[in-house]
Amino acid sequence: MPDRTATPATVPAAHADYRLSQLDELEAESLHIFREVAAEFEKPVLMFSGGKDSIVMMRLAERAFYPAKIPFPVLQVDTGFDFPEVLQTRDNWVNRLGVRLIVASVEQAIADGVVVDDGKTSRNRLQIGTLLHAIEEEGFTAAFGGGRRDEEKARAKERVYSHRDEFGQWDPKMQRPELWDLYNGRIRAGEHMRIFPLSNWTELDIWHYLGRERIEIPSIYFSHQRRVFTRDGMLLSEDENNPLRRGEEVTERTVRFRTVGDLTLTGCVESGAATIDEIIDEISIATLTERGATRGDDRFSEAAMEDRKREGYF
Amino acid sequence: MTAQPAGRAMDLLRFATAGSVDDGKSTLIGRLLLDSKAIFADQLEAVESTSRSRGYDYTDLALLTDGLRSEREQGITIDVAYRYFATPNRKFIIADTPGHVQYTRNMVTGASTADLGLVLVDARQGLTEQSRRHAVILSLLRVPHLVLAVNKMDLVDFDQAVYQRIHEEFTSFATKLTIPDLTIIPISALQGDNVVTRSEHTPWYAGPSLLHHLEHVHVASDRDLVDTRFPVQYVVRPKSDVHHDYRGYAGRVAGGVLKPGDDVLVLPSGFTSTIVAIDLFETEIDEAFPPMSVTIRLADDLDVSRGDMICRQQNAPEPAQDIDAMVCWMTNAPLRARQKLSIKHTTRTGRAMVKNIQYRLDVNTLHRDQEAHELGLNEIGRVQLRTQVPLLADPYSKNRTTGSFILVDEATGVTVGAGMIN
Repeated sequence: MPDRTATPATVPAAHADYRLSQLDELEAESLHIFREVAAEFEKPVLMFSGGKDSIVMMRLAERAFYPAKIPFPVLQVDTGFDFPEVLQTRDNWVNRLGVRLIVASVEQAIADGVVVDDGKTSRNRLQIGTLLHAIEEEGFTAAFGGGRRDEEKARAKERVYSHRDEFGQWDPKMQRPELWDLYNGRIRAGEHMRIFPLSNWTELDIWHYLGRERIEIPSIYFSHQRRVFTRDGMLLSEDENNPLRRGEEVTERTVRFRTVGDLTLTGCVESGAATIDEIIDEISIATLTERGATRGDDRFSEAAMEDRKREGYF
Repeated sequence: MTAQPAGRAMDLLRFATAGSVDDGKSTLIGRLLLDSKAIFADQLEAVESTSRSRGYDYTDLALLTDGLRSEREQGITIDVAYRYFATPNRKFIIADTPGHVQYTRNMVTGASTADLGLVLVDARQGLTEQSRRHAVILSLLRVPHLVLAVNKMDLVDFDQAVYQRIHEEFTSFATKLTIPDLTIIPISALQGDNVVTRSEHTPWYAGPSLLHHLEHVHVASDRDLVDTRFPVQYVVRPKSDVHHDYRGYAGRVAGGVLKPGDDVLVLPSGFTSTIVAIDLFETEIDEAFPPMSVTIRLADDLDVSRGDMICRQQNAPEPAQDIDAMVCWMTNAPLRARQKLSIKHTTRTGRAMVKNIQYRLDVNTLHRDQEAHELGLNEIGRVQLRTQVPLLADPYSKNRTTGSFILVDEATGVTVGAGMIN
């Protein structure tokens, strides 16, 4: 396996002028958020998708409580359509950190009648009901998510502590003011809080951090050969869960993924970037946002993300 | 977005902007994002197509920041939106807030974390009530650097006299405020004059372009590096075989520089001890300063818990239950005397009662209304509170972290007030 870790972007500075690098300052802010939640909430949980953002979240949680273990479990919503490489990375992380993993399965939620698979609704959408059910079942009062404000316009206005009512809904007009680093974690019975420690990170910050920390991420983020076909302008993976439609043709290409999600909806991009440094170079000159380029779920309408967020999406 | 050069650290500047659509704020932000390549083609395309479908003959860059559907429908920015861009030297976080008086609470929120405030004026109109109000709020929130951008210079033929008049008027107004560092820049956001590079149209202006100023303004020394303040946030106790006796106090440095070997005082208990080590994950570090998040180990086995403060014996805040503060009120039901609220100050939460309202501050005129008996939504006033637990506080003018608090409604759980201790 090639060494994919980046050359460190910063040398640990002799802090003669008491300046922190942007990564150190972002990390300090995120660690503060993790500790604040662990101190103030009765039952937090870390939502883990296996994507690079939630891997950075695992790393920050590890650092926040070291040398103690992370004081909350990890929750993953399994769509049944997850990339096997992602599940492998998840297991490696969970085993190394020795944390409890809770898997909320969309398949199981369909079987139990928690959500209804009408054949038209995407797995991504069915995740919402599955997730809310899991949060309610276990009685979690705070759920960490890896959302970043640079991802999308609706997220740009979301708070670090984002309140959810007893139906798991987000009301963008009723958001609490969030001042200084004084977070208000007060909730009533049945409500919960979504917590976004990466709010102020950008995609590039995430990659610089992954490079600096030399963290394991799923191999599909790096250039590899894959059998793909084109749908709605995106390159999707050939897979038994993703039957070809008329006129679609499979070819083998050199690709990588910029985001990982439901494999029936997550497109890849043609890329030869095999290391974190090469990915950083590639993103620096990219002209499309990562979601715009490769996420079918965000393309349906201008307000697609806002609608899903209101319903209780990550 | 530009890649970070290897081996060179990039730092972070948070700045707040306030203003309405008319003064060109969205155009200016749009230009900073465009010129630093922080806007992607799909975002620009979405904005262009929406502009076309609305029948505009220009690209409305305000659509880039107006994120929520209700805002897009009403064509106004009703909340704080955070935007990000970077140059090779610095990453920028913009807290973009609406400018009207009914959104004062949003401006206060955006300014609370800002290192720098950017106020825009239209060169044709000169200083308005709104631009004065923005400066007052930035000053109240002790934002250390202020930039006044005199925009739309192209519409006054880049006339030096116009710039000079606004410059003098604002400088004289600023003497009534606390603005440690003021920079006044003539720009045209639409045409790009003095935004990224210096303009040929203003040979009489010797100062930097706006972006150059944002890139170089020195912010690290704005933090208090003298008065040691470490609010204990979380006690790390692994109780594992390997780390059986480990007991660390995790938190974010709010002031001063802490080093192993330092003699410290823990409040409110008054115990003294010595710092044995400062941990940053697996590394023991030589010193910790704001805004680092670290874990401190002490030589003695003391009973230290969340809400306590580690400081120095000769330099410690006086625990106080009577708090005198400027409060910005953020909810519809007014703040009145005798009202009971929950208060959060550093890592300490307790109850507070309003003793009295001394005056209401008119943020447009700085007039103090001593007759005021309540504070309504978006109003700011001087308030006296009595807290149930003593706060380990400093004046906000000395330390923005240990001098600030929020007030929370005990019934609804909503944040209803923001306070700055006098």
